[in-house]
Amino acid sequence: MQPCGPTALIPSESFMPSSQTRSSLPPIESIESVLAGLGAAGYIASRPIATAIYIAQHLQKPILVEGPAGVGKTELAKSVASWLALPLIRMQCYEGLDEAKALYEWKYGKQLLYTQILREKVGTVIGETDDLASAIRRLDAFGDIFFSKTFLEPRPLLRALEQPQGAVLLIDEIDKSDQEFEAFLLELLSDYQVSIPEIGSITAAVAPLVLLTSNSTRDLGDALKRRCLHLHIGFPDEKLEARIIASRVPGIEARLLAQLVSFVQQLRALDLKKQPSVSESIDWARVLVLLHASVLEEQTVRDTLNVLLKFESDIDAARGHVAHLTQKAQQAVAMEG
Amino acid sequence: MSDASPRHFDAPRAQPSEPLRRFLQVARGAGLRVSAAEGIDAARAVDLVGYHDRTLLKDTLALVLAKTPEEKALYDEAFELYFRRAEFAKAASLDNAEAPAHAGQAGAADRADETGSSGPAPLLQLLDSDDRATLASALESAARAIGIEKIRLFTQKNLYIRQILDRMGLREVEAQIAALRASGGADDDERAQRLSARLERLRDAARDHVERALLLYGRAETEQLRERMLKSARLANIDPSQHERIRVLVRKMAKRIATRYAIQRRKRQRGQLDVRRTLRRNMGWGGVPFVTAWKQRRIEKPRVMVLCDVSGSVAWVAQFLLMFIYALTEVLSDIRSFVYTSSLIEVSEILERNGIDAAIAQVTDTMAFGTSNYGTSLEDFEAGWMREVTSKTTVIILGDARGNDTDPRTDIVERLAQRAKRIVWLNPEPRSAWGSGDSDMYRYAPYCTPARVCSTLNDLERVITDLLDRAR
Repeated sequence: MQPCGPTALIPSESFMPSSQTRSSLPPIESIESVLAGLGAAGYIASRPIATAIYIAQHLQKPILVEGPAGVGKTELAKSVASWLALPLIRMQCYEGLDEAKALYEWKYGKQLLYTQILREKVGTVIGETDDLASAIRRLDAFGDIFFSKTFLEPRPLLRALEQPQGAVLLIDEIDKSDQEFEAFLLELLSDYQVSIPEIGSITAAVAPLVLLTSNSTRDLGDALKRRCLHLHIGFPDEKLEARIIASRVPGIEARLLAQLVSFVQQLRALDLKKQPSVSESIDWARVLVLLHASVLEEQTVRDTLNVLLKFESDIDAARGHVAHLTQKAQQAVAMEG
Repeated sequence: MSDASPRHFDAPRAQPSEPLRRFLQVARGAGLRVSAAEGIDAARAVDLVGYHDRTLLKDTLALVLAKTPEEKALYDEAFELYFRRAEFAKAASLDNAEAPAHAGQAGAADRADETGSSGPAPLLQLLDSDDRATLASALESAARAIGIEKIRLFTQKNLYIRQILDRMGLREVEAQIAALRASGGADDDERAQRLSARLERLRDAARDHVERALLLYGRAETEQLRERMLKSARLANIDPSQHERIRVLVRKMAKRIATRYAIQRRKRQRGQLDVRRTLRRNMGWGGVPFVTAWKQRRIEKPRVMVLCDVSGSVAWVAQFLLMFIYALTEVLSDIRSFVYTSSLIEVSEILERNGIDAAIAQVTDTMAFGTSNYGTSLEDFEAGWMREVTSKTTVIILGDARGNDTDPRTDIVERLAQRAKRIVWLNPEPRSAWGSGDSDMYRYAPYCTPARVCSTLNDLERVITDLLDRAR
């Protein structure tokens, strides 16, 4: 028997599973600074939202944001990224999303091409050996060249972990993905690391700030919820909504703004299939500004109702209330003024 | 890169402080599911924000502890209840600070409570001086000392009141009062009366305290007991005042079933290779199939048609059956529902549009409480909807099969059984009553797989689980 001498293992690249060496983003000072920072980025946040960002950043926990469509869940992630000047990495979830599309994929083509091109080179390297065993040992000495980082195509999740300055990772509409994918996310969310069988586990250089959004089309698993902070964003109250619209539609007149907000708030109290959300009221405000409206008038409201409501049945239902609601909105604003 | 260990492992600070630990217990009692990991997160979050700002504290804990809209509501309630109480205690101690004359006594009371030694009866002094703030805080600490947070059932109330008062030194005061009464002097008598009046007030305060504690800590247990009772009680016998509770319960049971069955929707078919997926998966090996992928079959959700008798006592069961079925839309497809007494109408649309609670009231109103006629109802069904019954449809018929001596038309049921996947007959009457009087149950039973007694929530749950099991 031939003694197996220690083979000189040359690390193919410095891409080895890193040990627990993770630093964090520079800490956010206070909740007020979150409010101010998001405000500067064009996002008017309520206090609970700012608290969530603050806590998430300090505890290094992902936030699961739930709420009706169009209240600014995705926008929140974008604004946080632009405020902290971090890259935003977004992953849209859908049914059938899997590891290969979310985490990484091997560059099969490149691997094949390289083996073809390097065939001769490989031949010369193992050419001088006389038996199979020593040829294999020789090959072993090169490590897993073809399963190294050169041949790895990073997908959003891996990219988020690799950002040297950290990143904001937005996992959008997690409720649309399969249950298996949800389970797959658990490792990432609790330890900010992922496992690639051929390489080992990869830990984030800087833990990214992770936001998950959900429209509650299905109930998420308890395991996922346990790992996240849970933030519910509902429809904003009148004051906040007015501030949001004012920041998004700068040209709007104060009186129109107040009437519009009052009208939308009343509309939400009706029994509708889909209530108008903040994004719809912003669109509506833009439309009204385009039409040079300075006050809310019944006819204009009737003509532009389709901006606010997206179902024929809702528009029909609301039409009967338009006169009444417009009047009430005008009165409410007049009383305040 | 720094070599600082990740913050996850900042162990020493992750221990929940006393008030937080109690609140977590309260939150669990209120029905929130707080895991140990979440408890640690809560502690870390509170370390970060502190206790000084109430709104901030509330927002913060809401992020960590309450993870659904329902839980948020429960959480809000528990938070208000618990921290109002905490504030009350703080206010009491502030009173003490403002009146330094009593500070010594308060300290004495606390010490006595902590050590459990009697010493010079502090309660007697407190009652004499009628120092309510100190009494309140003494009450608080006595309650804590006897472990008030262990209270679970309302039957334990008197026991805990007694224990709190004993701890505060009730016996000595009672002995003192007895002695004063025995001595017979006018002054002594007056003092005895004053003392017993104040003692009575203290007793009331203790009762309030215990009741609040029961509300905080005991709710889960009491709820569980009540749930167990409601689940096994006959639906027809349950008092209408409990119906709201049952609705909540039905929704909860349905959700549990739904999550159990929503997971496995695909089944592997061994033996049939999925060529496309196999090639894709093995691209890394140049297409040599090391790993095989098999074809999968999506499991179809059961299609359900529900026929409910809404006459007489069956109506209640019908309501809960429909509620159950419609809470399961995630795992059932194409639910069609019908109600009948002497004629049959489809109510699927009303139910979907108006929500179960409102719709059922509406339906039972329009159908009135007539006498049932199974023959004519089945004729209606055959004329209108028999064509839509396929071999994938499960037909659920709910009724007591008492047609008031009319023609039962078992031939229609026979034809229905041939077309449908199966018929499940649910009868709220006990089996012993089947076939007695005008009951045609045994005439229908041969066509049903199975015919079952269904009169309690537990029965309902069993029926539904069975329905879903057979779909696999």
